[in-house]
Amino acid sequence: MSIHIIKAGLADAFYDNGRYGYQHLGVNPGGTMDVAALQTANALVWNPPNEAVLEMHFPAATIHFNQPALIALTGADFTATINQQPIPINTPIAVSEGVELKCTKPLSGARTYLSVSGGFALTPWLNSCSTNLVCQAGGFNGRTLQTGDVVNFKSPINLSPILTQKPFRILPFRASVHQLHHYQNIHILPGNHYHFLTQQSQQNLLSQTFTIAANSNRMGYRLHGTQLSLQHPTNIISSAVTKGTIQLLPSGQLIILMADHQTTGGYPVVGHVPSAFVDALAQCRPTQTIQFALTDFASAEAALTSRHLHLLQLQNACTFRIKPFLTNANGRS
Amino acid sequence: MPNLVTIHPTNDHALTIQLGDAINPITHQKILSLFQYLQQHPFAGLIDIIPAYNTLTVVYDPITIKNFTGKSQTAAHWVETHIKSILPNIGEQAAAAARQLKVPVCYHPSLAPDIEALAQQHNLTIREVIHLHTTTTYNVYMLGFLPGFPYMASVHERLATPRKPSPRKNVPAGSVGIAGNQTGIYPFASPGGWQLIGQTPLTIFDATKKQPAFFQPGDSVQFYAITIDEFHQTRQP
Repeated sequence: MSIHIIKAGLADAFYDNGRYGYQHLGVNPGGTMDVAALQTANALVWNPPNEAVLEMHFPAATIHFNQPALIALTGADFTATINQQPIPINTPIAVSEGVELKCTKPLSGARTYLSVSGGFALTPWLNSCSTNLVCQAGGFNGRTLQTGDVVNFKSPINLSPILTQKPFRILPFRASVHQLHHYQNIHILPGNHYHFLTQQSQQNLLSQTFTIAANSNRMGYRLHGTQLSLQHPTNIISSAVTKGTIQLLPSGQLIILMADHQTTGGYPVVGHVPSAFVDALAQCRPTQTIQFALTDFASAEAALTSRHLHLLQLQNACTFRIKPFLTNANGRS
Repeated sequence: MPNLVTIHPTNDHALTIQLGDAINPITHQKILSLFQYLQQHPFAGLIDIIPAYNTLTVVYDPITIKNFTGKSQTAAHWVETHIKSILPNIGEQAAAAARQLKVPVCYHPSLAPDIEALAQQHNLTIREVIHLHTTTTYNVYMLGFLPGFPYMASVHERLATPRKPSPRKNVPAGSVGIAGNQTGIYPFASPGGWQLIGQTPLTIFDATKKQPAFFQPGDSVQFYAITIDEFHQTRQP
């Protein structure tokens, strides 16, 4: 009941929806960068939406399956193969013992997510299985995966009726995800210090494009673009920040805080990327350019509600499609 | 609650309540009262409460709130209305008594790379720096930057020193620093720009414990000096 990491990737680690209730102690929520991809990966293999999945960047890990598993890959398309045969993303795949999963070429997106039906056997820390690299806790031993690691599944699965002795079988359905990622413009809500920007800078924020810098990571995306400036030098007292908060650095450049952000910050907050748009951002890669468009709370909440309903529908549809396969396979009903 | 309450959204899933625009213990007591009130009386959808110097931020799940507000109002508006409705209850409620913590610090120059320069800059001897740092009682205003990192104030005005112009690449865990009129302790080895004047042998964040953070917002803290030998004896593995 396990996978064996034949070759570790750049930063493969386990995440769920995040760790909440500890931000007053400075412990950030973490969690997957792309929440829609997490929930899609779980829906496709009949898991609860918050089951921890393996988040991988390119190059991603090469993974050997020691036991059969029902898996799905979502998020980025890294042209994955099983035993050198190409496999699709957003589709459940039954794999037999002994196969090798590999990502060969980054086609689109920045992060791919691997789910297994039943979940990975991880030790929760502070109510979450998300890896916290600073605290070296959560996920798999509180760290990214290394070559040679063996990660167990929570429960065995009998897929012989589905596999019928083939090395793997692609199940005949696919999650529709194009509505989940809004790639064109990244909508933003005005931040508490938006009006501290000069008129020209407010205009530039919304009319210019910004390039995602190479040193962007799970903590934050640094942007390169027109320098923005405040009307007056301002001394800001530190307060809480969130995933999606856009801060103006002293250099006049912007940083968007992502999943592993600090809990508090003292830079001017010029805007926020609302939850439903952070997923799209999470799939943007360094050197890509983005453009902001101003939105309001009603629209931001409507986008989040529509994402939520889409994911609920997806969960229901997947359950309906996958049940016939799995009830034969392991008696789950 | 004072009249200077302002409320602003911090993204589509958090709201910040700000009291005035200054750092002082009286304001912070009110922030803590509100923090404790919300811990005891959480609203449906509340997932995190983050106190800072003069702000308290509530993090919520908009979907949970939309489930009971329906389409008539935004979740942001519901949370703001709810917070406004509880603010009058807070004024009467004093924050729970602060925990009094005594924290050992070794000020030996081998563990305090900036103490000599800081002393010189303020025309103080190292002994005077230690004396001024250990005779003040500090208030933990917030935890942030790193898990468990306490922002404590206020240091004696003769010790107040800006951050280093360029941060160090690696500050050891337990390092005690000064930034402006604040003092803090690095729970983990990390890059950092605070002026390092000592090191504590205590573990400031222990992920194996049920309560992993040594400090919590509102703690009252006093430092006491220990020798380098005591530092090595008490240092936790």
